[in-house]
Amino acid sequence: MAMSSGQSIRDLIKEKKAKNSSGRLVEKAVPVILLLTAIVSVLTTLGILYTLIVETVIFFSQVPFIEFITKTEWLPFASGDENKVYGISALVSGTLLVTLIATIVAVPFGLGAAIYLSEYASDRVRRIVKPILEILAGIPTIVYGFFALTFVTPLLQKLIPDLPFFNALSPGIVVGIMIIPMIASLSDDAMSSVPNAIREGALALGATKFELAIKIILPAAISGVVASFVLGISRAIGETMIVTLAGGSNPNFTFNPTETIQTMTSYIVQASTGDAGFGTTQYYSIYAVGMTLFVFTLLMNILAQYISRRFREEY
Amino acid sequence: MKLVDQAQVEKKMGRRLINNQVFKSIFLIATLFSLVVLGILMYRIFTQGYEFLSADFFNNFASRRPSNAGIKAAFIGTLWVMGVTIPVALIFGVGTAIYLEEYAKKNKFTRFIQMNISNLAGVPSIVFGLLGLTIFVRYFELGRSILAAGFTMALLILPVIVVASQESIRAVPGQLREASFGMGATKWQTIYRVVLPTAIPGILTGSILAFSRAVGETAPLIVVGAFAYVNYLPDGLLSTFTVMPIQIYNWASRPQTDFHDLAAAGIIILFIILIVMNTVAVLIRNKFSKRY
Repeated sequence: MAMSSGQSIRDLIKEKKAKNSSGRLVEKAVPVILLLTAIVSVLTTLGILYTLIVETVIFFSQVPFIEFITKTEWLPFASGDENKVYGISALVSGTLLVTLIATIVAVPFGLGAAIYLSEYASDRVRRIVKPILEILAGIPTIVYGFFALTFVTPLLQKLIPDLPFFNALSPGIVVGIMIIPMIASLSDDAMSSVPNAIREGALALGATKFELAIKIILPAAISGVVASFVLGISRAIGETMIVTLAGGSNPNFTFNPTETIQTMTSYIVQASTGDAGFGTTQYYSIYAVGMTLFVFTLLMNILAQYISRRFREEY
Repeated sequence: MKLVDQAQVEKKMGRRLINNQVFKSIFLIATLFSLVVLGILMYRIFTQGYEFLSADFFNNFASRRPSNAGIKAAFIGTLWVMGVTIPVALIFGVGTAIYLEEYAKKNKFTRFIQMNISNLAGVPSIVFGLLGLTIFVRYFELGRSILAAGFTMALLILPVIVVASQESIRAVPGQLREASFGMGATKWQTIYRVVLPTAIPGILTGSILAFSRAVGETAPLIVVGAFAYVNYLPDGLLSTFTVMPIQIYNWASRPQTDFHDLAAAGIIILFIILIVMNTVAVLIRNKFSKRY
C-alpha cells in the first residue's frame, strides 16, 4: 500500500486529518450549536422571570403592595380611578376554592383507580384501561370547559335549585376529573415499582389483597403517590379554560362553592381579551396576577420534586 | 397432628375477606368513574354537534348567524400556527436532547439545564402566554401574529419534546456507538448516522403527542392575542389569525344554545385531528419499536 513510498502510519493519519479539516470544523461547531439550542430553555425561564418581574414592578409603582395583599376586593374595571381596588385575595380564594374541590374529587378517584390497576387488575385490564386514561389526559381543557358548562352545571342545578349558572362547584369537579388520570397514572407507576417479593411476603403471612395494598404497598410507594397529588394540585391551580368558561368572572372573596367566582387564570384571560389597554394599570395587573400564579405553582412543583427525592424508598 | 380447621379460619378471616371484596369493588368503581365520564363526554358532544357537521361548516367563516358560521378560518389558522411550532420545537427540542445526552459533561451547568427543563414543564400554560405577549408581540414587535403564537407554542411544548427525545436517545445501546467509533467515525458522524436514526421513532412518537397537546391549547394564544372574529385566511406569517380552540371558546361562551351546538361541532373536528395524530404516534411506536 502507501507504505511502499516510505510513508509511516503516522504520516497517513496526518494526511487523513489534513483532508478532513472541513469535517473537523463540523465536529467543533456542532457541540456549540447544540449548546445554543439547550440554552433556549434557560432563556425561556429567564424570559418568564424577566417579563413577570419587570411588569410587576411597574404595577406596584402604581398600586401599593399592601393594598394588593390585604384588600379582599378585586375591582380593576370599576369606573373612576379611586374606585379601582386590587386585592389579590379575591382571586386567590377563587383559585383555592376550585383547587380544593378538584382535590376532593381527584384524590380518592385517582388513588382508588391506581390501587385497582396496580394490585387487583389483570394484565389485560391494565392494558385496556391505561390507554383510555391517557385519552382522558389528552383531551383539550377547552373541551372539559364546554362539558362543565353544558352538562355538569345544568346537572348540578337540578340537585341544588338555587345554584347560579356560573359557580365554583362545576369547574371544580371537572378540573378534578381532568387531573384524575395524572394522579392515577403516576401513583400506579409508584406502586407498581414496589418489588413483587414484598407482595409475596405479605400474602404468605396471610394478608388479604386489601391489607396488602393499604398497609404494605401504599406506605412503600408513599413518596411517589404524594408527589402525584402535589403535581395534580399544581395543575389544578394553573388550569385556565375550564374555570374561565364555567366559573364566571366575578372576583369574590368567598369559600362557598355555590357562588360565582373568578380565578387568577380566568382574570388573565378576561383582561387580555380586550378589557385592558396596553400601558394601563389593568394591563400591568395581569402580570402581577401571573406572578402570583407562577409563584404558587413553582412552590408546588419544587415541593413535589422534594417529596419524591427525599422520601423515596430504595429496594 | 392437628390440621388447620377450615371452619375456624373462615370464621376468623370472614370479616377481612368481606372487607377485601368490598374495597375491591370500591377501587373498581373509582376506575370505572373516569371511563364513564369519558363516555358521557363523547356521547354528549357527538349528539350535540352532529347536525352542524357539513361541508358548509368547513367552508364558511365565523358569523353572527349560527346557521352560516363555519370553522374555515380557525382550521387554516391552526395549520399555520402548527407550521411554525413544529419545526421550531423539533429543532430546539431535539438539539437540546442531543446536547444533554451526548455532549454535556456531568457538571453543575448540565444539572442546572436539566432542572430548568423539568421546572418549565410545570409552569402553567397561561404564563407562557404572558411571556409570548411581552417578548414576541411587544419586544420583538411581531404583533398579534401567527409567528408570535407559533413561537409561544413551541416554547410551551419544548420541555415535553426534550424529555421524550432524551429518553429515546438514552435507549440507543452503547455497542452501536462503539461499533461506529471502531469503524473510524467521528462523534458527530456517529450521532448523525447511527444514534439519531435509531432514536427517531421514539423522538417522533413523543413529539407528535406534544404537538397534539399544542393543537388543543387555548389559554396562551388568548393572551398572545388570537382573535375569534376572523373572516379571512392568513396571508403570511405576520397575519392575524384565530385557531380552533379559540373559535370553540368563543362559541361556547355565548348564551345562545345554537352556538353551543356549533362549539360541539368544532370539538368533533378537533377530536378527529387529535385521534389521527395519536394514531400516527402509536403506529410509529409499534412499527419501529425494536429491542436491543
